[in-house]
Amino acid sequence: MFYRETGQFKTNYSDDRAIFPIAQDRYGIMILLAIAFFVIPFTVDDYWGNAIFLPLLIYALIAMGLNVLVGYCGQISLGTAAFMAVGSYASFKLMTSFPGLDFTIVVLMSGLITAVVGSLFGLPSLRIKGFYLAVATLAAQFFIIWLVNKVEWFYNYSATGQINAPERTALMFPVTGPNAPILYKYFFCLIIVVLAALVTKNIVRGRIGRQWMAIRDMDIAAELIGVRPLTTKLSAFAVSSFLIGMGGALYFGVWLGAAEPTEAFGIDQSFLILFMIIVGGLGTILGSFLGAAFLWLFPIAFKNFMVDSLGLSTAMSEHLQIILMGGLIIFFLIVEPHGLARLWQITKEKLRIWPFPH
Amino acid sequence: MKFTKAKFVTGMASGLLAATLLAPVAAVADGHELILPSLDYRTGPYAPGGIPYANGYADYFALLNERDGGINGVKAKVVPCETGYNTKKGVECYEKTKNIGSGALAYMPLSTGITYQLIPKVTADKIPLVTIGYGRTSARNGQVFEYVFNPPATYWDGATVAIKHVIDSEGGADKLKGKKIALVYHNSAYGKEPIRTLQALSEKMGFELTLLPVDHPGQEQKATWLQVRRNRPDWVFMWGWGVMNQVAIKEAASIRFPMEKFVGVWWSGGENDVLPAGKDAHGYKSVVFTAVGDGFQTHEDIKAYVYGKGKAVDASFEQRIGETHYNRGIYAGALVAEAIRKAMADNDTKKPTGVMVKDAFEGLEISDERWAELGLANFTGAVKLSCADHRGPSKIAVQQWDAEAKKWSIISDFVEPMDDVTTPLIKADSEAYAKENNITPRDCK
Repeated sequence: MFYRETGQFKTNYSDDRAIFPIAQDRYGIMILLAIAFFVIPFTVDDYWGNAIFLPLLIYALIAMGLNVLVGYCGQISLGTAAFMAVGSYASFKLMTSFPGLDFTIVVLMSGLITAVVGSLFGLPSLRIKGFYLAVATLAAQFFIIWLVNKVEWFYNYSATGQINAPERTALMFPVTGPNAPILYKYFFCLIIVVLAALVTKNIVRGRIGRQWMAIRDMDIAAELIGVRPLTTKLSAFAVSSFLIGMGGALYFGVWLGAAEPTEAFGIDQSFLILFMIIVGGLGTILGSFLGAAFLWLFPIAFKNFMVDSLGLSTAMSEHLQIILMGGLIIFFLIVEPHGLARLWQITKEKLRIWPFPH
Repeated sequence: MKFTKAKFVTGMASGLLAATLLAPVAAVADGHELILPSLDYRTGPYAPGGIPYANGYADYFALLNERDGGINGVKAKVVPCETGYNTKKGVECYEKTKNIGSGALAYMPLSTGITYQLIPKVTADKIPLVTIGYGRTSARNGQVFEYVFNPPATYWDGATVAIKHVIDSEGGADKLKGKKIALVYHNSAYGKEPIRTLQALSEKMGFELTLLPVDHPGQEQKATWLQVRRNRPDWVFMWGWGVMNQVAIKEAASIRFPMEKFVGVWWSGGENDVLPAGKDAHGYKSVVFTAVGDGFQTHEDIKAYVYGKGKAVDASFEQRIGETHYNRGIYAGALVAEAIRKAMADNDTKKPTGVMVKDAFEGLEISDERWAELGLANFTGAVKLSCADHRGPSKIAVQQWDAEAKKWSIISDFVEPMDDVTTPLIKADSEAYAKENNITPRDCK
């Protein structure tokens, strides 16, 4: 009843090809964006900003990047955290080498540098597939982290190997460093993430995205109908790494402000992002956001609930939270193996025929 | 159809649940309380060190509340937040706790990684960050690091005292020439801290330094100790934490490395670190800046007022009071309590702010007599901080493990670290930080 497209006629091709052809979807996303742009920024405090919204946006961006590679092009990667590290270290080197550079340009250039590195590590995908490729990307994970930890140039010869984000501005607004107001940080990330989502959505709807999906679904058949595996796979690696690299620059520069390679970019980060897209939904943009929300927000919610409301000890609630998260992931994957995005799609289909399901 | 309905309901329900639970419920205080967040960790691979420390810190304030009715009549409220030694969770905890009640008065994250993360944040939020024996060494320079304090010793001090111990054992500084010293360290900001100092010392004294990093969480060290076996260093130093310590000591025992030539930093010198290796750990050493054991008035009082009245966070800990990490928790608690007391006196208020506590730290003086008054006579050296010197006088000793008696005992005098070596390094590092972050060093007069 609420979700019927009856009467919405498309009279030209551009209407028909819109990202959200159904009016309800369009209004829904507009309301969401309006809330994100006009309500949240003016109610957000340091806690909600730094502990909830910034990580949510940044993880969503990174998950989107991985989703391009794994969900759309079918190339399994376990090197996400390494590519985040490339983005972070690129942004650190750019920020410290060119102090006057606008942070927007730093983020874009970090993305480009990561895209180059990502394509390089994508080369093995032309020969090896599936789990074997996962192992090859695992090599990237260990090699890159080892490299940035070993070569002092990457961390500007600091005594501890830590990198710290100095204060930098984007269009005159300070967005990195401890004194940058959370409002600017939030807006900066939001704009980048929204633009990235828009561009990515359009890429995956178009020729390039269709080629990726053709390779994902059956690479030999795709090759026979004229999809070139070399350019297709490498472009997926490049776009994916570009998004992850931008995410890495935001992760380090805007959110964390300081990072050490073994912890901030450890293998568990790679797995976290991979779980985000699996739980959220492979091959969907929405799934990246839902998965990031699920895996970042639920642990915090559980912790706050158990410690503040139930008064459990912090250690007990941490253990319970790990158990609960594990249980929830299994539960959602059993209920809907295609992820939370699919769950939302089912919900929409139900709403369409509600209240007369037959 | 039924199934999809169930899916829909679960989806909506979980979404709602998450949204309502995210908001942290601020602890409602009845009356004014001194808010002291404790970013501790009782889970994960670093819990062996995190638990005793967190208990010591919490117990000290529980004691003040129970015995003295708080600090000048104002109760202290320790707000625990589990970080798991993870910097992201640490930052989340920081953001969550900093505005509770009238605002947090001091932070001590017991993690060098979290310290690095918080240094710019506390400076912006004007809350003192007290890192006793860990964190960023160059924070000693109060002209650059206004809100960060690291009494009574830094990692670089620990490294120089370890070298002093080697000099004493070998019988003279000239004997170090040509000797081999290996550093087994946690491959993180924490473990890398002493490298600069040891490199400077190795150039000065002519010993050969081998660096052997161990990656998080430190359970896999076979390759590291194989290298030790091949290189045959004369001494092994260790900058380890959590399970890494136990594993290293066991591995050292398994290659029959002489334990009396194996020296850890204070964070590698807990009971939990040596007990798992059993008799093999006999003779293992570590540097230390607090006394060992529970033979102090404060410890007696904690047993009576805190555990006796059932006010302890972790009631099962009673048998372990006096462990080395626990004593450091007490030390941290005493420092913060004294600073708050001073802040109250200086400003004639019962509601000190973070800035007042910072100012109090900059004039904090705990003499040996004051330590005795606090029930901690001969527990540690005197503390005296100033605007420019955020570490103050430092006294460090070496302790050795007796596996028969299952006790640590202090085997050396409390000596001063080699400030002549570390001062130029601190100056260089803090100036580099100031330059990188556009900080103009304060004028301390």
